[in-house]
Amino acid sequence: MSSIGTGYDLSVTTFSPDGRVFQVEYATKAVDNSGTVVGIKCKDGIVLGVEKLVTSKMMLEGSNQRIHSVHRHSGLSVAGLAADGRQIVSRAKSEAASYEKVYGEPISVKELADRVASYVHLCTLYWWLRPFGCGVILGGYDRDGPQLYMIEPSGVSYKYFGAALGKGRQAAKTEIEKLKLSELTCREGIVEVAKIIYGVHDEAKDKAFELELSWVCDESNRQHQKVPNDLLEQAKAAAQAALEEMDAD
Amino acid sequence: MAWQQAMGSHAAGGSQAPPAAAAGGGETQRTQYPYVTGNSVIALKYKDGVIMASDTGASYGSTLRYKSVERIKAVGKHSLIGASGEFSDFQEILRYLDELTLSDHMWDDGNSLGPKEIHSYLTRVMYNRRNKFDPLWNSLVLGGVKKGPKGDEKYLGMVNMIGTHFEENHVATGFGNHLAIPILRDEWREDLTFEEAVKLIEKCLLVLLYRDRSSINKFQIAKITTEGSTIYPPYSLKTYWGFSHFENPAQGAVGSW
Repeated sequence: MSSIGTGYDLSVTTFSPDGRVFQVEYATKAVDNSGTVVGIKCKDGIVLGVEKLVTSKMMLEGSNQRIHSVHRHSGLSVAGLAADGRQIVSRAKSEAASYEKVYGEPISVKELADRVASYVHLCTLYWWLRPFGCGVILGGYDRDGPQLYMIEPSGVSYKYFGAALGKGRQAAKTEIEKLKLSELTCREGIVEVAKIIYGVHDEAKDKAFELELSWVCDESNRQHQKVPNDLLEQAKAAAQAALEEMDAD
Repeated sequence: MAWQQAMGSHAAGGSQAPPAAAAGGGETQRTQYPYVTGNSVIALKYKDGVIMASDTGASYGSTLRYKSVERIKAVGKHSLIGASGEFSDFQEILRYLDELTLSDHMWDDGNSLGPKEIHSYLTRVMYNRRNKFDPLWNSLVLGGVKKGPKGDEKYLGMVNMIGTHFEENHVATGFGNHLAIPILRDEWREDLTFEEAVKLIEKCLLVLLYRDRSSINKFQIAKITTEGSTIYPPYSLKTYWGFSHFENPAQGAVGSW
């Protein structure tokens, strides 16, 4: 870590001599150590998946959600500090609600992503603020069809066909690239996402995890919601089967 | 407001201050009279759920200005709302309810607000606004069915512009409260089939059509059961205006006409 001790890493308002903002890079580290988060755009919608690491056996199943609905038509999945993520979620919710109140129609996914990104970016501009220790993947469905955005702690946001954050992002991205996303339906997509999450999970480092899956697609009436339980169980079973097959080879 | 004017003029040393200044700046005058209004809504419980009906008219004062407005809407998965009174206030209420169902959706925890909860919410909104002397000028009917601990629970309630609220097996707002309730009291049963309920409600609607000058012959019926809500397309009832009392209403009447 060349930055440590140089004095250029104490504030988001200080650039290093070679033009970097170290605090933002540290925030990115918090994201990189998180459980893997995956989002893909299928032909009929979006699927979001999270490898939620369970830190305690006593934790109630389903608690500490990492995927949240932010409006009827969009959902946000969080990698990194979950509490920071909730702040972004609540901002996204209020942006979406206020947009609808003012303009009488639901916010477009692009506009929502832009507004959330601006908010995240805002926290990298003042010395009295700390950048968010999380990256988010925003998926939604509007009149322009399904869309997927990823927003990083620096406040940049890009539109993706498939995106991944967290520990297993590299492996996840190579897996996503192998998929034929333009032909894949969400029903097939949830199985693929489950396979990826199960595949990148490192049994040696993290023991327990919970798979969180959500979708926005024609089948869910273009509403963002948790994947129904029966489909979730099917996807988990398929992912486990695929894993065992791999181990057998 | 006479007492404020009096106080204002006193403070200004007896000179006649304009009413706005007399109100002390912080006070605001609000619209306190309805402009576009819908009339009666009738609703009753029947065997499988709740049925609701109204005409599709909205009057501008006493002019029948709008003839195809929907005054019955679905709220969430388990409820129907019907409104008489100021139409714009109803639209505002629908916005509130939309917000409510949106936050319900975002929880995504398998729970959803039932008719009872929504009625309770509306009750608070209506009473709160009347306490601000800025009421929402409506009578609202809320009906619905939701699974409860004791099986499917039917719900039907009303709330008006001053926040008075109650639950009943059959309710009617506006003129319906005078003309339809007596009929419903005579003929309503818990085990009415849907067809019987439609018949009964049409009987009430027809009486209202004959006697309420602001009603129109274009009606909408809606039902809600455990399967969800259905709002049927508008239709007309067959009328017969040849009754001798209609032809010569003054006959036998004591008084000026």
